[in-house]
Amino acid sequence: MHSILQRGNAILAYTLSVLACLTFVCFASTVLLNYRTHADLNTVKVVVYVVLWDKIILRGENAVLDFKNMNTKYYFWDDGNGLKGNNNITLTLSWNIIPNAGLLPNIFAHGSHSFQFPVDYTTSRM
Amino acid sequence: MDIASLFDDVKRMNKRQFLYQVLSFGMIVSSALMIWKGLMVVTGSESPIVVVLSGSMEPAFHRGDLLFLTNYPDEPVRVGEIVVFKVEGRDIPIVHRVLKLHERENGTVKFLTKGDNNSVDDRGLYAPGQLWLTKRDVVGRARGFLPYVGMVTILMNEYPKFKVWF
Repeated sequence: MHSILQRGNAILAYTLSVLACLTFVCFASTVLLNYRTHADLNTVKVVVYVVLWDKIILRGENAVLDFKNMNTKYYFWDDGNGLKGNNNITLTLSWNIIPNAGLLPNIFAHGSHSFQFPVDYTTSRM
Repeated sequence: MDIASLFDDVKRMNKRQFLYQVLSFGMIVSSALMIWKGLMVVTGSESPIVVVLSGSMEPAFHRGDLLFLTNYPDEPVRVGEIVVFKVEGRDIPIVHRVLKLHERENGTVKFLTKGDNNSVDDRGLYAPGQLWLTKRDVVGRARGFLPYVGMVTILMNEYPKFKVWF
């Protein structure tokens, strides 16, 4: 009788050829079916995500952050005029972890802060 | 060891053995190709493994670090993520962080990136006149990280003599 390795080899070779056939069939079917086009919903509604501030903390540095009266590090701009009178500005905090080696998780902190921007520009310093 | 003795082994083989050697070499090459293409299918990215070539993301990524990318179309790009993108006119993909992002209701996005170690955003790196990146420019999102491994490719690119050793 054939040894286990020979049987395994036969099974693997057979799986490979079946996979190759399946791949070709799938490829052919997508070529045939992909004629549908997606309608472009030309809506103006836009969600904007902007980074206002960031900080790099190296391993071993103090990771307890306590800041007051800070300025934003990056300009709070959007590409248009969606900020004036916007009634849903939400501030969130998230961070990346760069490990020695491994996955790169992107973690969102619990909680957030929402506020509104006034309809008119301020004329004096707040 | 001179070149003549290098082919002595080949001369001693008969036709069948020679053919077998050629076939197994072809098997190695094709399985390497299959693994690469298979990774492309699984991750959805046109180049699922990328070597960091510049120091613009220090201290997160240094030159020669290896990144594993995924690029699933239904997974939205978010601010703060590290994306790898290609700019028209540059053949080397760039690894930078997303700084600003606009998403329309129909799902189209445009975004601006910046390297952690750069003091300004990437508008100067984009093609002339290009202000935003879109999903088309994205090669993938960084999901895994392995330091130093890509150093070999950098050495090979910068010192071509190093390649002769292999």
